[in-house]
Amino acid sequence: MVVKGRISRITGPLVVAENMTGIQMYEMVKVGEERLIGEVTRIKGDEAYIQVYESTTGLKPGEIVEGTGSPLSVELGPGLLGNIYDGVQRPLPFIAELLTKTSPKRSIFVERGIDVSPLPRDKKWHFTPGEIKVGDKVSGGDLLGLVQETELILHKVMVPPNEFGELTWIAPEGDYTIVDPIAEIKSNGKVKEIYLSQRWPVRFPRPYNLKLDPSEPLITGLRIIDTLFPMAKGGTGMIPGGFGTGKTVTMHGLAQWSSANVVLYIGCGERGNEMTEVLERFPTYKDPWTGKPLMERTVLIANTSNMPVAAREASIYVGITIAEFYRDMGYDVLLVADSTSRWAEALREIAGRLEEMPAEEGYPSYLASRLAEFYERAGRVKTIGNPNRTGSVTVVGAVSPPGGDFTEPVTTHTRRFTRVFWALDTALAYSRHYPAINWILSYSAYVDTVSEWWAKNVDPKWKEYRDEIMDILLRENELQEIVRLVGTESLDESDKLVLDVARMIRDGFLKQNAFDPIDTFASPKKQFELMKLIIDYYRKASELVHSGIQASKAKEALGRLYVDIVKARFSIPNDKIEMIEDLRKRTLNSLDGLKSKEVKSA
Amino acid sequence: MSSLYGIREYSKIVEIKGPLIVVEGVSRASYDEIVEVELSDGTRRRGRVLDVSKNIAIVQVFEGTTGITTTGTRVRFLGRPLELPVSEDMLGRIFNGLGEPIDNGPEIVAEEKYDINGSPINPAVRAYPEDFIQTGVSAIDGMNTLVRGQKLPIFSGSGLPHNILAAQIARQATVKGEGEEFGVVFAAIGIKYDDYLFFRKFFEETGALNRVAMFVNLADEPAMIRLVTPRVALTLAEYLAYEKDLHILVILTDMTNYAEALREISSSREEVPGRQGYPGYMYSDLASIYERAGRVHGKKGSITQIPILTMPNDDITHPIPDLTGYITEGQIVLSRDLYNKGIYPPINVLMSLSRLMKEGIGPGKTRDDHAQVSDQLYASYSRGVDLRSLAAVVGEESLSETDRKFLKFADLFEKKFLSQGIRENRSIENTLDLAWNILSEIPEEELTNIKEEMIKKYHPKYKK
Ligand SMILES: Nc1ncnc2c1ncn2[C@@H]1O[C@H](COP(=O)(O)OP(=O)(O)OP(=O)(O)O)[C@@H](O)[C@H]1O
Ligand SMILES: Nc1ncnc2c1ncn2[C@@H]1O[C@H](COP(=O)(O)OP(=O)(O)OP(=O)(O)O)[C@@H](O)[C@H]1O
Ligand SMILES: [Mg+2]
Ligand SMILES: [Mg+2]
Repeated sequence: MVVKGRISRITGPLVVAENMTGIQMYEMVKVGEERLIGEVTRIKGDEAYIQVYESTTGLKPGEIVEGTGSPLSVELGPGLLGNIYDGVQRPLPFIAELLTKTSPKRSIFVERGIDVSPLPRDKKWHFTPGEIKVGDKVSGGDLLGLVQETELILHKVMVPPNEFGELTWIAPEGDYTIVDPIAEIKSNGKVKEIYLSQRWPVRFPRPYNLKLDPSEPLITGLRIIDTLFPMAKGGTGMIPGGFGTGKTVTMHGLAQWSSANVVLYIGCGERGNEMTEVLERFPTYKDPWTGKPLMERTVLIANTSNMPVAAREASIYVGITIAEFYRDMGYDVLLVADSTSRWAEALREIAGRLEEMPAEEGYPSYLASRLAEFYERAGRVKTIGNPNRTGSVTVVGAVSPPGGDFTEPVTTHTRRFTRVFWALDTALAYSRHYPAINWILSYSAYVDTVSEWWAKNVDPKWKEYRDEIMDILLRENELQEIVRLVGTESLDESDKLVLDVARMIRDGFLKQNAFDPIDTFASPKKQFELMKLIIDYYRKASELVHSGIQASKAKEALGRLYVDIVKARFSIPNDKIEMIEDLRKRTLNSLDGLKSKEVKSA
Repeated sequence: MSSLYGIREYSKIVEIKGPLIVVEGVSRASYDEIVEVELSDGTRRRGRVLDVSKNIAIVQVFEGTTGITTTGTRVRFLGRPLELPVSEDMLGRIFNGLGEPIDNGPEIVAEEKYDINGSPINPAVRAYPEDFIQTGVSAIDGMNTLVRGQKLPIFSGSGLPHNILAAQIARQATVKGEGEEFGVVFAAIGIKYDDYLFFRKFFEETGALNRVAMFVNLADEPAMIRLVTPRVALTLAEYLAYEKDLHILVILTDMTNYAEALREISSSREEVPGRQGYPGYMYSDLASIYERAGRVHGKKGSITQIPILTMPNDDITHPIPDLTGYITEGQIVLSRDLYNKGIYPPINVLMSLSRLMKEGIGPGKTRDDHAQVSDQLYASYSRGVDLRSLAAVVGEESLSETDRKFLKFADLFEKKFLSQGIRENRSIENTLDLAWNILSEIPEEELTNIKEEMIKKYHPKYKK
């Protein structure tokens, strides 16, 4: 039975309705004459407290509120990829198209009360049934057939998680819309139709069979990430940083270059133009792994900072549910959320309107558990259903701490539930060292997890070199304390060499210009070769310094080679890696010259 | 109760608190509805509904509650949100902070009426800003390029020359290859009379007055109106840009006064305060102003925003600049140190940023060396500045020869590149050539951000 009540109070995005007996917690409701979308967030007596996903301007007490009988859900099926949705999965391009017809003057805006379905109802998809046969016992996750959703992604049509029974009919190969039945399942004497699409409530994780440990790296093409602080497929990470330190550029980089099959990009309370940038550029960029347009593997969720705040709270659940759906097909999915701080603030605003007791900095006491629940939905899993599949959801959240202060609640709690920490540093950003990831504060719990992959696929010495880079950087950090007090003169020659090489590492390895066509993506091999170039120089120069040669002489001996080394990152493309080896040989040879000269003069 | 065309009148005021009045016995008031408050002496004030329950409405009175009594005051609910009648004829006119003409000019014949809160632009119809605006200021054009449709605030401190800089930008801003000038929408938000006069005189002297619409709320006028003024201004800007195909430059000054008014209303409502008493929703609230900038597909016009704010105690981590920086597409930061050194414009380039620069520069837009030159200026200047503090400790003589060159570069940068006249309008070529001149003072092998071919093409050593 549909619950029907009336508005008794409106304050910002929160509406209270009375006469709502029978309404469920988190049920979706339609609010007022314009039938705005809302969700029940608290029930008290016959009153329901509703967060409304659209602007409440003009709503009046007394207007009708109607239940829908089901919780906020997303529609899952072919047609998601390449699309851009608002925080409650309304397709934004379609809204624009609709408004162009109905109110052309306002068509550039997102107006209220627009009721549109997430996936196109009229588009036909070519469905090929799988190996499954009529009469088979089926259950959630079993593969019914395939649809080529985009050039890049083969969509697995699966039995919805909670269904089971006997397959009594399956559609023959052919073209179907998402509202045409493609199979029938009989259980307990009842026949149920199955479609190319299914619905799932966003606040409930989709089921899986077994959680597995991450094992492979998610290669991102960003050197400081892949080499120093790697991400694993199915892992969790955070990027905290003050404004303008590079969170979004890093997120765009991850979305562009990662070795994931599917990418969910959630713009959560950030700028409209940043979504536009993805929308305009991705179709023209090629996936470095397959050469296909990037948009074909990407789904965008946009709740920009000026869009209704309640929908911001919902947007990350909408995103992660879609991510889990592709994971269930056996894909490696990357979800990036920019910025989870805006999500937390939305939570805070709604809790405030509900007059809940605030904990730290006004955030509700359940902030930490909500964050934990969200990041728990990441992981590499053995999916439900046959045939066996493994898939993963990797989650990376940007965090925007007020004043760049990492001790605030969203940063500290997120840290507890994520395993990779890419700390952005305002000082590095001011000096235009990008990506401004601070190598002293950052960490990854996956270094050992991924080192096997590197050893097998790139070079057995990867870990050794990587650790040496890290050691030099840590040593440089200590030395700088001393230099700040007494200058460089009093340092040992070997320490001076560390300083020189550390600068080389910063300029030639850590810095990476996201907007340079060559520098923006470094293949694993290129990352390794650049690292080897610098470390082999260091090792040889180190020997010389130990034999009594000044550090400055080692640098002088390089001459113009120094410039070639630090520029190699943007002058040598991924497909000309042998040039790095050549440069390495010349570098080492230049030091030979130094040795013989010194010996002669002695 | 009386009702006429959706207008309802009530007189039972049960509470007056700060800028708020609580009206009882109200039926069917709507959220965000506009009200007219008539005092017992017949004077009228405006307000809007912030919270409404079945028979109680909380109303924020724009002109404040001084003099309002619980008896004899009548409150009329007007049945609509605050709207601005808009027309192209509003350019060249002066309005109060609520959008009513105050210049004794002819009546505005409205072409449309719009809710001042606007609606969010659909991200799917936005067009990415990429048209280079030459401001003639080297520190901006060369290193923090402004593009059409961007929101780029000036973070200033009290007493720093932000007004002069904003005026210089407004006067000099041009888009290469287009003769067309920007229309200007100017919102004075709680500023002093002499600051207002400065802008007014400036627009008069430059003959720009007929393409400027000014919305004015001065420091001695009611603070609650400040919450309305930028929205009224942007409503006109949107109309001019998206319905009349004009390129509009919006100057909002001073957003710090806006944020303080927001804090006042929040504390009157006894809301849980966020940092330093500012409400937790200040981010979203500020975004509902700053995001009203940009370009869209299918429309010729655009809105470029230059909000100005003064950082309390010059502190960039204060919630007002902090939240602004999280929303805008970069910031131009003014520095008291540079100002005290006598440098104009005193722009701290290291703290400044233009996030939309990359798409606005390069071959066909500015010059092929622009991005690399800018990167190099940043890298070299920041190294020079670091070395300054080191030199202050260990003495300049204990620095290496290369380091001393970077020290010298930092000085040259401030004196030759950054410094310029208030009326000096440098072309972008001029700015970049100037950059090469000072870069040639550091050893060529230290130009690690510039590709070989650019060095060969533009370095003074190889040129001519
Ligand atoms: N890897 C990079 N290469 C080149 N430039 C970069 C890089 N990372 C960041 N930048 C520069 O820094 C600017 C700000 O970065 P970004 O927009 O990602 O910051 P943010 O941390 O997302 O800030 P906010 O919190 O305000 O959204 C970019 O516009 C760009 O100019
Ligand atoms: N572009 C594509 N088109 C069609 N099928 C694809 C595409 N990419 C991957 N697949 C298939 O989807 C499944 C999952 O892809 P994925 O790349 O995750 O495989 P995997 O991780 O190597 O295998 P598993 O998931 O069994 O561990 C595989 O069966 C693969 O063959
Ligand atoms: Mg960002
Ligand atoms: Mg897999």
